[in-house]
Amino acid sequence: MISEEIQYQLMEKEDREFPDYIVACVGGGSNAAGAYYHYLNDERVKLIAVEAAGLGIDSGESAATSILGSPGIIHGSRTLLMQTEDGQIVEPYSISAGLDYPGIGPMHANLIKSGRAKVYSSTDGEALEAAMFLSKKEGIIPALETAHALGVLEKMDIKEEDVVVVNLSGRGDKDLETYMNYMEGKIGHRISDNQE
Amino acid sequence: MNRIKELFKKKKKDILNVYFTAGYPKLDDTVRIATNLTHCGVDLIELGMPYSDPLADGFTIQQSSMKALKNGMSLDLLFDQVKEFRKSHETPIILMGYLNQVIQYGQEKFLDKCVQIGIDGLILPDLPMDIFQNEFKKDLEERDIAFSFLITPQTSDERILLADQLSTGFVYVVSQSSITGKTGDISTTQQAYFDHINKMNLSTPALIGFGIHDKSTYEVACSNSNGAIIGSAFIRALDGEKTINDKVKSFVHSIR
Repeated sequence: MISEEIQYQLMEKEDREFPDYIVACVGGGSNAAGAYYHYLNDERVKLIAVEAAGLGIDSGESAATSILGSPGIIHGSRTLLMQTEDGQIVEPYSISAGLDYPGIGPMHANLIKSGRAKVYSSTDGEALEAAMFLSKKEGIIPALETAHALGVLEKMDIKEEDVVVVNLSGRGDKDLETYMNYMEGKIGHRISDNQE
Repeated sequence: MNRIKELFKKKKKDILNVYFTAGYPKLDDTVRIATNLTHCGVDLIELGMPYSDPLADGFTIQQSSMKALKNGMSLDLLFDQVKEFRKSHETPIILMGYLNQVIQYGQEKFLDKCVQIGIDGLILPDLPMDIFQNEFKKDLEERDIAFSFLITPQTSDERILLADQLSTGFVYVVSQSSITGKTGDISTTQQAYFDHINKMNLSTPALIGFGIHDKSTYEVACSNSNGAIIGSAFIRALDGEKTINDKVKSFVHSIR
């Protein structure tokens, strides 16, 4: 369980078991669920869910389910999902395969609707920039999904002394082709310029 | 009285239920196909409400659903088409689709509409039994709308008995652990499963579906239950150059 691992690591690094923020990307929500688990009822910890805005939330090419979705049934769960008036599931879009999902776990929907978790979103461009930044800064190439979580750090109101945990849910090896295309200017830059 | 219940009262064997997707191949083919099926003596018509994420359906039905949605199919249109059909025909009609469609339309509004235009039964494979009992059963009983649960080779005896108890009209016996649209003969494992179900002496009639695609599989299904449900094979038969009328007739006559 990642949240248990977070407790250990924080104890070592910060001499406390809880962070001020846990930031995790959310497609269906599995990595976020694992990262939040031990802190679900710990109000000292602010839970941050980051969805994929794709080309922008209102662009029609997005996977920001908690904003664009409404209550319904998907894959056996009653939760928020992107759908038409007739209940047909809308095809979502994100540059990252793992966040390209029209629903969101029912636990996450509840966390968001009850205000326990706060939602942000990163566009394709913001995620790509964040991936480059972490790679250069730390030598860690994050998965594109994780890059969405990193992409919101600047938008958050974080204080100098805050302890922030970002769940690095996957490695970027699988996304190298996308990153190389981005670095060569084939994708992303124009997308990024178009953001609000 | 509910047309499905009436049918099963009068007829105990060789019941043929044909499924097709509303709004396929063309948007306005629904009534034409249903009318032809009726003329061919089909006992029950199962109308698929095309859905973007069909959980139980294989390639053929998925494709037909996509096409129907592309054609502009919607629930309101489907209701209009059934209303048109009901002006001159009494063949029992079952709607098959998924829970989200009903919820988004509005459960009560949906069920009232069914009563109003003469839809006799529903199949919603992703409606869980406990939700059915707590949130649907009473509404359906009040409106005399039949509901069929699916059982598969993976279903426990306990759950089969519950499906039997909760289903009105008929229990839908899924012939194998798969999605719709398989072809091939009935295997000995499937036969053993049918034998097992028959030994359980269910109180509700049973129809076997999934993988029933020709005369021989239809006959095996009929000899093991009250009848058969054919979907994908019929939808595949709707392809091609001939008129809808000819295609429906030659398909049904190839079955019985």
